[in-house]
Amino acid sequence: MRDLISMNDLSSEDILGLVEMAGKIEAGAVTPDMSGKLAALLFFEPSTRTCFSFDTAMKRMRGETLIMSGTGNTSAKKGESLFDTLKTISMYSDMIIMRSPIEGAARYASEKVNIPVVNAGDGANQHPTQALLDLYSIMKTQKKLENLTIGLVGDLRYGRTVHSLVQALSPFRPTFHFLSPSHLSLPQYLLEELDEREIPYYQGNDIAAVVRELDIMYVTRIQKERFSDEEEYNRLKGSYVITKKTLDAARKNLRVMHPLPRVDEIATEVDDSPYAYYFQQAKNGVYMRQAIIKTLLEAI
Amino acid sequence: MTEMKVDAIRNGSVIDHLPPGKAPEIIRLLRVSPGTPVLMGTNLPSEKLDKKDVLKIENHELSPEEVDTIALLTPEATLTIIEEFKIKSKRKVELPEEVQEIFTCPNPHCITNIEEAVTRFRINPGTPVKLTCGYCEKRYPADKLIV
Repeated sequence: MRDLISMNDLSSEDILGLVEMAGKIEAGAVTPDMSGKLAALLFFEPSTRTCFSFDTAMKRMRGETLIMSGTGNTSAKKGESLFDTLKTISMYSDMIIMRSPIEGAARYASEKVNIPVVNAGDGANQHPTQALLDLYSIMKTQKKLENLTIGLVGDLRYGRTVHSLVQALSPFRPTFHFLSPSHLSLPQYLLEELDEREIPYYQGNDIAAVVRELDIMYVTRIQKERFSDEEEYNRLKGSYVITKKTLDAARKNLRVMHPLPRVDEIATEVDDSPYAYYFQQAKNGVYMRQAIIKTLLEAI
Repeated sequence: MTEMKVDAIRNGSVIDHLPPGKAPEIIRLLRVSPGTPVLMGTNLPSEKLDKKDVLKIENHELSPEEVDTIALLTPEATLTIIEEFKIKSKRKVELPEEVQEIFTCPNPHCITNIEEAVTRFRINPGTPVKLTCGYCEKRYPADKLIV
């Protein structure tokens, strides 16, 4: 595995290997050393969280980073092609970690440069490192990945974290409950993939009706701008807010996850409950990103 | 009822076992040279398909890209090469695993519509055949790509 571009490229063995490595790094059993290595973080779409997470991961392994955030001060604003930008940056660095609003940009980058490329998010397509840290989080809380019942709540249509997570969990025989407004439901091509793999799923909008069946509740934000009718947004968004009451019937092992940032879709009263896992999930991201960087740089 | 037949050609390609009504679309996509003799039979009786279309194109050997296009739209078709009125070769079309360069991705946000990149689609067999873009990973029915 030279690059990490899409969850579709990974076998279940690849996934479990990275999950195991993240665990070893967190436990201190493995202390990767990236001294002398430089990762170029090319964030053509601004990001605070993911960019900081990668920056932290590299620096905790004694590596260094070059960070480009947005296109404001770069040659991209002068009209330089992505190809030229990538080729130039690849001359300075040992790895490119890239976020772009253009779908397929990371795949394109991996074909044009001779160093490993990590996809930190490409448009509405993939966000594989988020999916992997989510899997690591699920493994830590449920002690397994197989045969779990996963509820995905909120914006399932435009959320690339949801798309990647559905694909990431598919090899492990899950049951999915998709809970969203009808026009923000999971894209048809993903439902077809699930049908091909004979993975059971249910679509609905009543969280209370299914909460007792869930091992994981993965919440995403419903954005106002996805609605043409503001009244409909105001009417609907309350149905997808998680409160302590929502979790009254939850199983003891349920964990509520969220890729963050959250706005109001998880009430702050949930933060102190045993179900809340989203901040720990963010911390897990550093360990998983360390595992990814180590695996790719040591493979070349 | 008098049996309907499409006359034999001397040299060229025969595309048989097309679904009824498909021949005009296929001949439009193949873009044969103007003036090329083409014989077309539509809604002919068929043992295999109940009804079928047939195309016979004089002095035209199908390119690999044309064969892939036919396979994507009509996976049950058969191709026969004729030389001097005799069958030189005959085979069923086969769906390729991947096609490159032939189609444009319909996704305006795909890198292939923004940078210079050769398009690449993985074939998903089925009815209808679907193609997955090798870059943006969106999936489309074959007839949405073939214009």
